[in-house]
Amino acid sequence: MSILGNRVVRREDPKFLSVGGTYVADLDLPGALHLVFVRSSMAHARLASIDTSAAEAAPGVVAVFTHHDLGLAPMETVVGMTPEAMTQPILAAGTVRYVGEPIAALVAETREAAVDAAELVVVDYEPLAAVVDPRVARRDETILFPDAGTNTALTLDMGRDEAMFDGCEVRVQQVIVNQRVAPCPLEVRSAAAFVTPEGRVEFRSSTQAPHGVRDTLARALALEPDDVHVISPDVGGGFGAKATVYTEDIVVGWCARHLGRPVRWTETRSESMLGLGHGRGQVQTATIGGSRDGTITAFDLAVLQDCGAYPGMGTVLPFMTRTMVSGVYTIPKAECSFESVVTNTTPTTAYRGAGRPEAAAAIERMVDIFAAEIGMDPAEVRRRNLIASDAFPYTTPVGTVYDVGEYRRTLDIALDVAGYDELRTEQRRRRDAGDPRQLGVGLSCYVEITNGIPEGEYGSVEVRPDGTVVVRTGTSPHGQGHVTAWSMLVAEQLGVPIEDIEVIHGDTDVVPRGVGTFGSRSLQAGGNAVNQAAIDVVEKAKDIAADLFEAAREDIVLDKSRGVFHVVGTPALARGWAELATAAVAAGGNPLLAEVDLASPGPTFPFGTHLAVVEVDTETGHVTLVRHVAVDDAGRIVNPLLAEGQVHGGVAQGVAQALLEEVVYDGDGNPLTANLADYSFISAAELPSFETLFTETPTPVNPLGAKGIGESGTIGATPAVHNAVVDALAHLGVRHVDMPATPERVWNAIRDAAERKGA
Amino acid sequence: MRVTITVNGTVESHDVEPRTLLVHYLREAVGLTGTNVGCDTTSCGACTVLMGGESVKSCTVLAAQADGADVTTIEGLARPDGRLHPVQQAFREHHGLQCGFCTPGMVMAITSLLRENPAPTERDVRLGLEGNLCRCTGYHNIVAAALAASADPESRS
Ligand code: FES
Ligand code: FES
Repeated sequence: MSILGNRVVRREDPKFLSVGGTYVADLDLPGALHLVFVRSSMAHARLASIDTSAAEAAPGVVAVFTHHDLGLAPMETVVGMTPEAMTQPILAAGTVRYVGEPIAALVAETREAAVDAAELVVVDYEPLAAVVDPRVARRDETILFPDAGTNTALTLDMGRDEAMFDGCEVRVQQVIVNQRVAPCPLEVRSAAAFVTPEGRVEFRSSTQAPHGVRDTLARALALEPDDVHVISPDVGGGFGAKATVYTEDIVVGWCARHLGRPVRWTETRSESMLGLGHGRGQVQTATIGGSRDGTITAFDLAVLQDCGAYPGMGTVLPFMTRTMVSGVYTIPKAECSFESVVTNTTPTTAYRGAGRPEAAAAIERMVDIFAAEIGMDPAEVRRRNLIASDAFPYTTPVGTVYDVGEYRRTLDIALDVAGYDELRTEQRRRRDAGDPRQLGVGLSCYVEITNGIPEGEYGSVEVRPDGTVVVRTGTSPHGQGHVTAWSMLVAEQLGVPIEDIEVIHGDTDVVPRGVGTFGSRSLQAGGNAVNQAAIDVVEKAKDIAADLFEAAREDIVLDKSRGVFHVVGTPALARGWAELATAAVAAGGNPLLAEVDLASPGPTFPFGTHLAVVEVDTETGHVTLVRHVAVDDAGRIVNPLLAEGQVHGGVAQGVAQALLEEVVYDGDGNPLTANLADYSFISAAELPSFETLFTETPTPVNPLGAKGIGESGTIGATPAVHNAVVDALAHLGVRHVDMPATPERVWNAIRDAAERKGA
Repeated sequence: MRVTITVNGTVESHDVEPRTLLVHYLREAVGLTGTNVGCDTTSCGACTVLMGGESVKSCTVLAAQADGADVTTIEGLARPDGRLHPVQQAFREHHGLQCGFCTPGMVMAITSLLRENPAPTERDVRLGLEGNLCRCTGYHNIVAAALAASADPESRS
């Protein structure tokens, strides 16, 4: 019987549950110095002077460094697309552009000494006008980078087809703010470095991509990749924001080399809220058109992306938004243009979904607005426009090719499980009764792209002479459960118990190559690589077995139920993996090993339907999520327990964006949500248990038939909950409420609608 | 100053600065790093331990205030024979953890919650965990684990 598809509990867990994980801050580094950053308290200012003398003289302080001491080149542009004139210097060089930007690095014998001395660094700021709103930034009245001459870092304008809405009976436009949110992995950023007697930099990092850290750090410090060894020990969550290297990481590496002593750095949460990249941050102008029979014929999305102060990953995410612009619908004409602009705020980066939740939010909100406009049930409008399951591969108007889909099925299941008709009846009852607690039902039919920047992945499987197996993977899990999932894949191919399989990740010496874990790519890329390596190692074993049995190779069979090889017809004469691995070493000295550098199997397009039920207290504006039904299709599910866990986490983050979370700045660029007391991080008390179901439509794109599942939760849940809030208020005349639908926003929307009606 | 705390049944005595927090005492003086720090505003609960049998956020307690107290951390929760505590066991069976960073605090908070309320409803558990943040699990399986553990009479010990 196959182990795949079973709810196998995690092999990772006993350690975490009994003694806790080993995160970077837990590493024992004898003699390590503590690094603390002095950060800008101003959003935009020239640095007239930085006086470090008092700090340098403070007890326990080893050194204080500013930009000129380092002599390092600025951060690299993002895939060559962002302007050279806007790259971030390593420690601020003359100008600060956001609150929290590192200005000086202070190294001391203890953390306390470093924190105390950091207070003594005197920074003389000459304030400049700050630009916080991207709508203002694009006007170029205050320019962040005079050498660039503009605040626009990147644009994509495919040329508007002015005629695209010609002939539409109905045409509606809405400006939608997809607000800036904070990723908030529970472990903040942390790094440590020391230099070996041979001059090699040993680097420890809380990262999603250790090989990327190795290569980036090597380039930044003018070293060869082989001169850097990166280990990511246990990592306390990343959600995209730990997929890239930060300036602080480079300073940690530089200080360890410069001082010749181990250096460690762990930011505080308050620093993390300013330093770790933020997610989302789009202002969308969406236009939808169609006919009164419910057919949607045109959709246009103009995106204004907030890059924050230095264009990073966030700048290029609108490409992903564009890729998914028309969602699950057969819209004949659809286009998406974008402009990414810098502002005096924390740089934006990838955050769970990274450009796709923004796309789903836009189209799904607009489908509801279209439905309201023509007075049709939103489920019915969706049904009429879904791409049919026999239309795949399906090419969208922007050229995206969807692999496979059964969109209608997930919609039907969601409606059925939720009891859609009963919900509508109850909604009508409450409306008729004028109940202060109104019911809202929100739908989101989504499709997204995983492994969207197609890269390959490394995987290897080695059988040791004692019969145990070691798997090396280029993915870098931080909660996803790859040790368990990859063990299952290998157990399936080799016929060995998962307990005999060791999975190694996150060490750039032991795993020679790797891309990492982000973009819901791991199972598709890394899992398929490991699966292929397992298949290859079985083939190699058969060669050896043929020699041992003195039989024809094609007569050798692997009995997976026992994990032994034999000649067809003589199962009693069998040889196990240990014997074959021993024979391999004896014969050629080489271990029984298969390595695979999987070329990218290409992206896949997970899809599904989420349905949210909310209660809105119309007297206070308070929204309660009552139910959330998620029907997701990620192709073949290797371990439903892990897949559900991914959905749960993503849904919670999606609900958080819809109802609670927002990074807020005042007009001068001062952050108002710079710690976990002020930022509305969603808690257990604000959520129900979720109803999660899967359909399994395997993708033809990769041998496992698997698609990504890591981000569907945020992509599907956010618009479903958002739509539910507006749906609860529709009869009051509310057409749109921006996220997060806080009590204040909801209450104001009800009042404004009442005033419009009264007027 | 010298602070003596019984940690997981072992008497620990260390010289610390008066401003040293209990969480740093545990992590640095005692060397038990299972207890994590996730914030600086008493918001996340990653640092939750039991002090005198009740859950406290160890980032808000000075080591000096814990002088003479009995403290249990995640490392001390399993049975002497190595068997996991029912709450730990339930976390595993219900996939109540992903990255694991919130887990020690969550497990300690639930252990304390079940001692106070041995038969909680889902709502009780959710409200009881309001001060313990998790970014990975959406709380779904943490709540499921807590409810499952509450069915085990041993979870009260
Ligand atoms: S570290 Fe104690 S509550 Fe966050
Ligand atoms: S498991 Fe990662 S924060 Fe809870």
